[in-house]
Order: sequence, then C-alpha cells, then structure tokens
Amino acid sequence: MQDPMTPRRFRIARTLRETKDIFTWELRAEDGGEFAFSPGQYNMVYIYGIGEVPVSISGDAADRRKLLHTTRAVGAVTEAMRALKKGDMAGVRGPFGSVWPLDKLEGKDIVLVAGGVGLPPLRPAVYHILRNRAKYGRCTLLCGARTPQDIAFAQELERWRGRLDFDVHVTVDSAGPDWRGNVGVVTTLVSRAVFTPEKTAALVCGPEIMMRFAAAELANRGVREDSMYITLERNMKCGIGLCGHCQLGPVFICKDGPVFNYGMIKQWFLKREI
Amino acid sequence: MNGESSGYSALTPAQFGALVAALRQAGYAVAGPRVADGEFVFGDVSSSAGLAAGYADEQKPGRYLLSKSAKSAALFGVVNGQHSWKKYLFSQQETLWRARGSSGGFSVEQEPCRPAKSAFLGVRPCDIAAIRVQDAVFTGGACADTYYKTRRENALIIAANCTRASGNCFCDSMGSGPRARAGFDLAFTEVAENGAHYFVFEAATAAGKQLLSKCGAPAASAAQTRKADALIESARAAMTKKLDAKNIKALLYRNYENPRWEQTAKRCLACANCTMVCPTCFCSTMEDQTSLDGAQASRARRADSCFTLDFSWIHGGGSVRPAASSRYRQWMTHKLATWHDQFGTSGCVGCGRCITWCPVGIDITEEAAAIAEAEAD
Repeated sequence: MQDPMTPRRFRIARTLRETKDIFTWELRAEDGGEFAFSPGQYNMVYIYGIGEVPVSISGDAADRRKLLHTTRAVGAVTEAMRALKKGDMAGVRGPFGSVWPLDKLEGKDIVLVAGGVGLPPLRPAVYHILRNRAKYGRCTLLCGARTPQDIAFAQELERWRGRLDFDVHVTVDSAGPDWRGNVGVVTTLVSRAVFTPEKTAALVCGPEIMMRFAAAELANRGVREDSMYITLERNMKCGIGLCGHCQLGPVFICKDGPVFNYGMIKQWFLKREI
Repeated sequence: MNGESSGYSALTPAQFGALVAALRQAGYAVAGPRVADGEFVFGDVSSSAGLAAGYADEQKPGRYLLSKSAKSAALFGVVNGQHSWKKYLFSQQETLWRARGSSGGFSVEQEPCRPAKSAFLGVRPCDIAAIRVQDAVFTGGACADTYYKTRRENALIIAANCTRASGNCFCDSMGSGPRARAGFDLAFTEVAENGAHYFVFEAATAAGKQLLSKCGAPAASAAQTRKADALIESARAAMTKKLDAKNIKALLYRNYENPRWEQTAKRCLACANCTMVCPTCFCSTMEDQTSLDGAQASRARRADSCFTLDFSWIHGGGSVRPAASSRYRQWMTHKLATWHDQFGTSGCVGCGRCITWCPVGIDITEEAAAIAEAEAD
C-alpha cells in the first residue's frame, strides 16, 4: 500500500482556464489505476522541485478514471501549477479529509453557497445531487464572484441554471455596465432562495468572513445551525493529523475537516486567533 | 509491551554492567544518560562505565545546574535534562522520500526506514508516559506514521524509577511517576547510599525476563525492595510543584479569554524552547529540497513549533496567531486540554522540562494556577 506521506504520480490530461487566475486540471494516474474520493475531500498536490499544497477535488466522484482539481494561482506552488501543460506530471497524496454528508441530507432542501474560489469544492456535491436529484427536495446554488470575469465554471452554471429542478443565483461584487445580473455580496442572495427552513441543509464554502455572514443570514431565515456545513482552511503539511499545523481548538482541519458541521465548529470558528 | 511482573531481582553494579553487555551482545544499540561537553544528554552507551556516574542535577524555573560529587556512586542520579527519548523515536529531521526528475516527469521512492534494534536504558516514568502519549499520536489514528511506528517496534525500554525529584518535577500530579507502572520491558530502582549500591529490578516482558536471566542476579531481599520503595516515596514527597490535572481541561476550555494570557505573553519570548524539550510535542513541517541541476528532489520532515509565526501561516490571511499570547495559549491549551479530545490523554506528563529550559522561567504549573485564580476573581 502507498504510504500516505509519499505522492502518487498523475499526468495532466487536460487543462482548462476558468478565469484569469482560476484553472482546472484533469489528471490521470500514471499507474493506470482509479482514484476514488467523496465530495468535499482534498488532495495534497506536489509539483516537482517546487512544493506541495492542499487543493480541493472539483470533479465528479462517480467517475473514478479522472481526477479534477480547480484552484486559483496565488502562491509559488499554485503559480507553478498554472504553468504546467497537458502531459506534465504532478504528485498527489490523498484523498484526505471529511466529506459533505450528502447521504444524511437526503429528503432535505439543499442550499449551496459558494464565494470566490469556493465553488470547486462544492461542485462534486452538485454532481452528486443532480445524479440523485429525486432524493433531495428543492435545491439552490448561490454563487458569488468579484467581477463577471471571475466567475468560474460559467458555462456549467448556465447549464445548471437551465434546469427546472435546480435554482442558480449568481452575483458579483462589482461589474461594468454590460453586466445584467446581480451586484452585491453572495450573502444577499440567501433571501432569494426558496426553501423550507426546518427541512433545509446548507453547504457553504468561501472566505471565512463570507461563511460567517452566510451562516447568520441562513439562521435568520430559520435554518438550524446544526444543519449547516462549512469548509475551513488552515496551514496543512501532512494531511493526516500528524504535523499539528492545522489545529483549531480540539480539531485538526486536515483530518476532522475540511467539512465541519457549523453548530459543532462555531465555538472555535468564531474565536479570534485560535 | 506490557506483561505480568515477576519477582524482583537485585543487581550489583557489576551485574548491571553485565546487563548492558548482554544487551549489546543481543544486538541492541544501547542509548542512555551520559555527560558530554558538560551537558546531560542521551547518547550511545558501550558499557555502564559510560553512564553519568556521580552526577546530579538542580533545576529551577529557567535554571539547570549539573554537578558531580566524588561521594556519589549513583549512575542515575540525574533526574532529566534537555533531551527526551523522542530524539530516537521521532527524528528531528528525516527524509521521507526522494524523487528524480526527467524530461517525461519524475519518479518517487519512499525513503526506507530500517532502524537498528535499540534499548533505551534509564527511561524515567514521566518519559515512559511521554512515549505512550506519542504512541497515541503517531500510531493511534487512522493513518499511522510509518517512521515512528517502525522505530518504536524496535525499541526495548528499561525504566529507571525516580528516587529524587527535581525542583520542577510534577509527575505525581500527572499520574505518570515517580514509579513506572507499565510500558516497559524492564524497570529498576537504583539504591546508592551509605556505601550500599544495588539495583532492584523487575521484568515485565519475555524479552526483559530473558535479559535479566543473563545477569545471574539473585532475588531481591524484602529489605532491598522496601528500601527501593521508600526512596521512590521520598521522591514523591519531595515534589513541590503541583498541577490540578482533574480540572485543568475544563478550566482552560472556559478560559480562552483570560487576562493572564496577555500578562504571560509579555514575558514569553516565543523562542520555542518549551516545544523542543517537551517529550510529547510532535509538530513538524515539511521541507522540500531540489538539487542545483534540478535532477533530484527530496522531502524531509523537520521538528516545528507552534510558537513560530510561520507555523499557522495561510495564504491571504497571514499567520492565524500573530500575537504571542495566542501562541502561548495554543501551546498550553493544547498540552493540557484539547490533547484530551484529540488523543484521549493529557499531553503533559509532568517532567518539568518546559519550566527548566524556558529562558525566562515561565512555569506551566504556576500559569495553570494563575488562570484559575484570575477566573475566580
């Protein structure tokens, strides 16, 4: 068995430029094997000679032949990732971490809230819900980006928006005169979503401040805090709870998270400098 | 490595020397307390003559004094020093894998871990408790650490019960000493006073029993075991530092906001000494290296500390704990409170090293008491 500290080699089968700084990789295992994961999980992605970073998995868990990663180029490793091309190699350790509890949420209305580069970790959940659409109640995706040019997966969002059984609302922080959509932070969209609060679960991913406000808005609408799930990010080095870096109170974000029940994690998440 | 303890044996210093020789003959690399360059350290022991005979330590907050007495024959007179056994089990720096680059990509090979059979000679009860804490950390979860696990499986533990307490010891409060109850292959109590010098031994495992049988030692007399027990009890009685282990977890969980953190941060240098000497602190970071020509790369794990700013750095947010008060709070709360929820045990064993090696003498027992007091106010 592969040691969790040693990377497995993957090759880039396709790269997609989502926005000016967000890109997607489609990877295939060099050993020809499959890659199994559950929505919400992440990998530690290694670039030869550069380093390693945690990146959420953005593809469809039902398709084990492909591994998809979508991220924003913001540092040395992710900049190097963006520079790689089809046929280049990357190392992968994982999948690590907790999952969106989609099985447990069957029968509920689902509200997904994504801010910035928060949509990639939610996309596997969307795929799962759409594939098992009859098992869920009303489903809504609320999506925020800085500008219209920063909207990732724009075509896919359009396709989802065209479905009668899936509501999609998109907003941007600022836009030029040619933008005909919503302007404002993503939390303002919560009031637009149609759901029955007592049977609603929310999956939220984005910057911490956005998640705080989203949780407050959802709570205002009557959604229970223990029916909300958020994903958290901290400095991670090992991915398996051994290096100590990603602690938040009693939890390790890398193995107890990144997906947390908001009612449970709130007391730690809302404290300063924990 | 737990077993039923047999009767006690009494070893003379010569028979103790024979035990060390038997260990080496059986293929063990023996590590034990030594004095090197004026420092009390753990190092290779080729014979019992290489141990720290006649030395004793004096410890106070921020202070460590090693002295040698011509009158004392004790081989284990020093309670502890800056080294802990984690230096053998959880390497401060180790390569995890190596990669070779080529035009088509790269290949990766896990670094083999084939440790020699080793014997740790003279492990204090608090340090045995610390090894068990690290066992829980590195091997108790879903993903065991291969490197720690392999070394641990190759280690034989010979405990030394304490007959002295340093000024910073509080193992009695943490339930980890001064007598080792479990987690060893062999345990002994050294008696060296009034001209008498012997070691009262017990074996807890088959390996321990077999080794002991090679020394030709007779059973200990009732008077000898009584003497050994009395010395352990005197060490317990000599401990001046206390920590309320029963209530500390709840206390710290209630006191994330307490003025004491700020006050202590004014003294704390965030130097990370406490985490380096702590026998249970396990945090590490990854360091990737690439050869100048780019043909080879490797990843090493290196000991890290929650006291550095870099430790909690995240892109876009900087350090999660910029204030020294937050970092001290993280360390102490982790050690005494959140550790329980993570690993089912306290992260503190009462060895007192963090108190001794703190350059400004911050005392974890005093801090715990001060937080309780500030809360009561």
